[in-house]
Amino acid sequence: MKSAVVVFPASNCDRDAAVALEQITGKKPHMVWHADSEIPKDVDLIVLPGGFSYGDYLRCGAMASLSRVMQDVIAKAQEGRLILGICNGFQVLTEAGLLPGALMRNANLKFVCRPVGLTVEETQNVFTRKYDNGQRVVFPVAHGDGNYFADNETLDRLEGEGRVVFRYAEGENPNGSSRNIAGILNEKRNVLGLMPHPERVCDPLLGGTDGRAMFESLIESVS
Amino acid sequence: MKARVFVTLKNGVLDPQGKAIGHALSGLGFEGVGEVRQGKVIDIELAESDRAKAKASLTEMCEKLLANTIIEKYDIELQA
Repeated sequence: MKSAVVVFPASNCDRDAAVALEQITGKKPHMVWHADSEIPKDVDLIVLPGGFSYGDYLRCGAMASLSRVMQDVIAKAQEGRLILGICNGFQVLTEAGLLPGALMRNANLKFVCRPVGLTVEETQNVFTRKYDNGQRVVFPVAHGDGNYFADNETLDRLEGEGRVVFRYAEGENPNGSSRNIAGILNEKRNVLGLMPHPERVCDPLLGGTDGRAMFESLIESVS
Repeated sequence: MKARVFVTLKNGVLDPQGKAIGHALSGLGFEGVGEVRQGKVIDIELAESDRAKAKASLTEMCEKLLANTIIEKYDIELQA
């Protein structure tokens, strides 16, 4: 699987994503600068990493969603290429209109930085096929604006179409997110956004390996 | 022409910052403080002198960037 990681000014999980991708896929990802106009054509997976792109000016992800490289990300999403947005990457995907809803300030106004229990709600997709349905995993979260919001109609639709992929486990919702939503798919199921960080739990030295199955799912999906 | 754009959370959307400000005001001893909602003010200078055209252009700016209309609403004020 060939991958690319988009680097925005003030991305700070781009290297974490690159290390995880290289370890698991065996290939170094392309690091694509936000001002570039194109992502290499042979790329199967584009990762929008965590961080504070453009200093979170105006709204988290708002400026990044308008950067030059995003036009190509949007085009490639429409072609069916796989896009994974983690944390700030999820915020960028909602601002770019590739995923529904918005990520608001955490309900308790605190920046949360800790491991959080999640359940894998959906495995009929390219990102989580190697997890078990209902499996409990622990990924770290590190965000101040992860409170997922959408109107009830949109939430019902996401649930009805099996597009809620990750939920915070009962009692572990760190940000007030609607219906404990931690990660969602787009309608075509080729774009996933989530607030927790699977790329930070891919090596036992870093305290866990629950995130590996996501990248292994992607490898299996494109092979 | 100068314009002022107000961006605020839609009614019904939780505003934890507004709530915290309300608590702080009560804590300072201000009595009778009800709901507090926080928003943004964006001042924009425009070369356009036609008010209708300026308004149309500002509306487009709000829809495309200044507000996230999933959670926010906007008001545009044109200044003389």
